[in-house]
Amino acid sequence: MKEMMIILVGSILVNNFVLAKFMGICPFLGVSKKLDSAVGMSAAVTFVMLLATAVTHPIQRYILDRFDMAYLQTIVFILVIAALVQLVEIILKKYIPSLYQSLGIYLPLITTNCAVLGVAILNIDEGYTFAQALISALGAGLGFLLAMVLFSGVRSRVDAATNIPKHFRGLPVTLIAASIVSVAFMGFTGVVEGLFK
Amino acid sequence: MNKLKILINGLIKENPVLVLVLGTCPTLATSTSVKNAVGMGLAATFVLVGSNIVISLLKKIIPDKVRIPCYIVVIATFVTIVSMLLQAFVEPIYNALGIFLPLIVVNCIILGRAEMFASKNSVFDSMLDGVGMGLGFTLALFLMSSLREIIGSGTWLGIQLYSGIQPMSILTLAPGGFFVFGCLVALVNYITNGKSRKKQKKGCAGCPSAAVCANAEKGECNA
Repeated sequence: MKEMMIILVGSILVNNFVLAKFMGICPFLGVSKKLDSAVGMSAAVTFVMLLATAVTHPIQRYILDRFDMAYLQTIVFILVIAALVQLVEIILKKYIPSLYQSLGIYLPLITTNCAVLGVAILNIDEGYTFAQALISALGAGLGFLLAMVLFSGVRSRVDAATNIPKHFRGLPVTLIAASIVSVAFMGFTGVVEGLFK
Repeated sequence: MNKLKILINGLIKENPVLVLVLGTCPTLATSTSVKNAVGMGLAATFVLVGSNIVISLLKKIIPDKVRIPCYIVVIATFVTIVSMLLQAFVEPIYNALGIFLPLIVVNCIILGRAEMFASKNSVFDSMLDGVGMGLGFTLALFLMSSLREIIGSGTWLGIQLYSGIQPMSILTLAPGGFFVFGCLVALVNYITNGKSRKKQKKGCAGCPSAAVCANAEKGECNA
């Protein structure tokens, strides 16, 4: 249990996917303008991360490792994730239209989100068990949510500012704001060891 | 002359990182040292050239409806090849790039060029476009990693440049990546006098899926 908590808190705060590992930067910069779309995108990412891990982990263990085909990992994982996202989209559209309304538009954007493939591969590299892998995927998703929500708040202030130098307007000042949020997250270094000792 | 234009387009005018703002994740993550950054740039260039050639060869065979999965398979194949080659011949770089090597698959520069260029142009032109865009990516990574390595750890390509002054090691950490990238994009805005900023908006920049997103074609993102 303690180990699970270390993985969960570690992947939310210390090894935050966006601000410490640089994965999923594109949606982080692109979709963080409004709070509700930031939450919608993060919920969709968390959902797909969990699903992708639940599917790719057994594939790696029972198919790729067993038949000595680990070199096919990249190709298999990206195809599985792409197919999965498509499938989820179709199912949601048919059976849960209300959820599709709120998550649907973000789903096609997620296939090429490197955080999803990243979490699937990292879980294998770290040698996690199935349960640990799921916890780590959940943590990565929640960390993404936290970063997006915090940053959308910062961004609404930055976008409202009028005294930004001309050439820094738009993307450059957003990146510098991200840098400052990232400094804040560096403060969590070592917090896991302190919490669970 | 026209061929030269295709080659140079990706280097400066439509630099994938600094003007179009694509492929930000590997740019930020691997630019901590010049060696890693150039390794990443060249690996991505290899994949880009290979996938552009193959996709351009197959453009008439691939059905339009399933083109994105087909492109992804081609790209993933080249990524697997390049990661095996790196592991065999330059293992230190393979280890340093780590997770970002398989993640070249989802680098939007590559899928973007497949969709926007290779699927419409001849094989030779697509190859030139791949070389130009790949070298443009490498150039941006080289610039950014030089700044981060010189200021952040006082070395360049591993050579000690100065001693006595404490290097600002925060530049080699995550916040420094965002900061240097922001400053470089501002510099490009300054040099081009705001022209590149218009391109960033028009191209649905910053979106991972400009290539697959229906809104990107209209030139706007409602997300």
